[in-house]
Amino acid sequence: MSIWQYANPKKFMETTGPLLPWIGAASLTCIVTGLVWGFFFTPDDYRQGSTVKIIYLHVPSALMAINAWFMMLVASLIWLIRRHHVSALAAKAAAPVGATMTVIALITGAIWGQPMWGTWWAWDPRLTSFLVLFLFYLGYMALWGAIENDDTAADLTSILCLVGSVFAVLSRYAVNFWNQGLHQGASLSLDKEENVSDVFYYPLLVSIGGFILLFVFLVFLGTHTEIRARRTRALLARERMS
Amino acid sequence: MDLIVSDLTVTRGGVPVLEGVGFVLRPGQALVLRGPNGAGKTTLLRTIAGLQPALKGSVSGAEDRIAYAAHADGIKQVLTVAENLRLWADVFGQADIQPALEAFNLVELRDRAAGSLSAGQKRRLGLARLMVTGRPVWVLDEPTVSLDVASVALFADAVRLHLAGGGSALMATHIDLGLEAEVLDVTPHKAVLTNALEDFDEAFL
Amino acid sequence: MIALLLRDLRLAVRAGGGFGLGLAFFLIVVVLVPFGVGPESGLLSVIAPGVLWIGALLACLLSLDRIFALDWEDGSLDLLATAPVPLEGIVTVKALAHWLTTGLPLVLAAPALGILLSLPQGGYLWLVVSLALGTPALSVIGTFGAALTVGIKRGGLLLSLLVLPLYVPTLIFGAEVARRGAEGFEVMTPLLMLGGITFGALALLPFASAAVLRINLR
Repeated sequence: MSIWQYANPKKFMETTGPLLPWIGAASLTCIVTGLVWGFFFTPDDYRQGSTVKIIYLHVPSALMAINAWFMMLVASLIWLIRRHHVSALAAKAAAPVGATMTVIALITGAIWGQPMWGTWWAWDPRLTSFLVLFLFYLGYMALWGAIENDDTAADLTSILCLVGSVFAVLSRYAVNFWNQGLHQGASLSLDKEENVSDVFYYPLLVSIGGFILLFVFLVFLGTHTEIRARRTRALLARERMS
Repeated sequence: MDLIVSDLTVTRGGVPVLEGVGFVLRPGQALVLRGPNGAGKTTLLRTIAGLQPALKGSVSGAEDRIAYAAHADGIKQVLTVAENLRLWADVFGQADIQPALEAFNLVELRDRAAGSLSAGQKRRLGLARLMVTGRPVWVLDEPTVSLDVASVALFADAVRLHLAGGGSALMATHIDLGLEAEVLDVTPHKAVLTNALEDFDEAFL
Repeated sequence: MIALLLRDLRLAVRAGGGFGLGLAFFLIVVVLVPFGVGPESGLLSVIAPGVLWIGALLACLLSLDRIFALDWEDGSLDLLATAPVPLEGIVTVKALAHWLTTGLPLVLAAPALGILLSLPQGGYLWLVVSLALGTPALSVIGTFGAALTVGIKRGGLLLSLLVLPLYVPTLIFGAEVARRGAEGFEVMTPLLMLGGITFGALALLPFASAAVLRINLR
């Protein structure tokens, strides 16, 4: 028994299929609990008022935006090294989810930023990095869409993901450097974790947990769809050959 | 050194097309592949040339010994005939392009831009490239396309010369070149449904 | 390999477009900017380094799809892949040829265009240095993008989408060197970072490009 047995598409479908509704339900419960708890049962922040409550959407989505790319990187590596189809397809399924999370993080950030900083958008290092990350997601998805052969597409996108990861990290540091260079000291720091008190912390944790489950749910769902599509194509190929 | 192909299964677009292909090509020997269009001759040749991986089986004696000529000749229109040949001679570390020009009757055309050649002349240039590679195993995919009778004879002579010099040739062609060549019909090797799908996407079914 | 480089250069010169098109595009971008932002020389001199860098980057991008597309269409790429030259070397030569035909002319033309944008006196040296150090990275990264999209019909737009995010660090540090140079600040830190990116890309990306090309050829 090893973890690799789940790399068999059939086994993967059989194992995760029955789990899917449960993960979905758990994710929904967590998100609803976290949001309701956060929105209605926590005090307003003394400085930011009720605006702070967007944190329950903003922070989890931002976390998942980065972690989705990280998951894609790991999945790409597994595909390149061990050639498990499920891995490549999971990476493919994760990309739109990650891109959506990035958009959510950017939009909620703008909504939060407007009353706080008086502007929807500032070229703060973090905001800029997320925008760049979004561009990487777009390129990755576009490449998947442009190539017809499944294995070729998986190979190429995996390598793009590896190279892209290096450049994404480089961009993060470059952007940090660039912004300090432009606006000396005018830093719009978003270091929330440190100054968030327990009252806000626990509902935030629940919400983050919900987003993680949501991500897992969507990736599994997407992978199932991809596996079914591959199965259809395999059956069609079989028909063609006979 | 022989080119040994054993139990080769090749795929096109992820689907196996030929399986269990095996033969030995000795120095001085020519082997002609036959089979209907779409049988997988091009795929087989590309696999042997190392351009795509085989699903199963092995090719030995091919490493850095094959000169491959495909449907497309890789000719640059704006360069002259001599410059086109010169490049490949340099890439393959060979010095002289004169014998190749002579063998394919290109001497008078040597300073013409390749773009102004006729289809048959381009093809001759493409085949002359084989001679400047200095490689012993020629792998040719439909080498006689758009050649007239005289040019086919030129080509056959070039192959004969190559074989006499200890080289070997593997080609997919429908034309009888008048060479002493063995013929391998790939039709019986057409990938059978059940065997082929054992490996192909089996996991998804 | 040298033969290959000479061939690519010869092709670029004979087929036209190689040098000319990129340079002309660079010129047009730079000419259009004052039309967009107004002719006031104070403003222009502030944005000049950035505009020149973005212009150079876009001009570079314009010619990327030619790196492999022509060799792919006429079958040369298949033949090169079976040649006794490692694909990594071919990819590097291609990137070098692209830089010589596109990047280098841009570097040389940049000071002249700097005059059009009233670049401050001290800025010319660092503009040229930053472009000379940064444009090879643009060519190498672009070659990777071109290798990724070589089999795709009408892949030009996709190529831009893939390559532009990868250009972000190079652009940031390159423009930063030029900007600091123009304003008379210390340029060493971004210059070193730019050099790091260029040499890092030069050392590692050819392997990725060659791997990608092999996948596309099969």
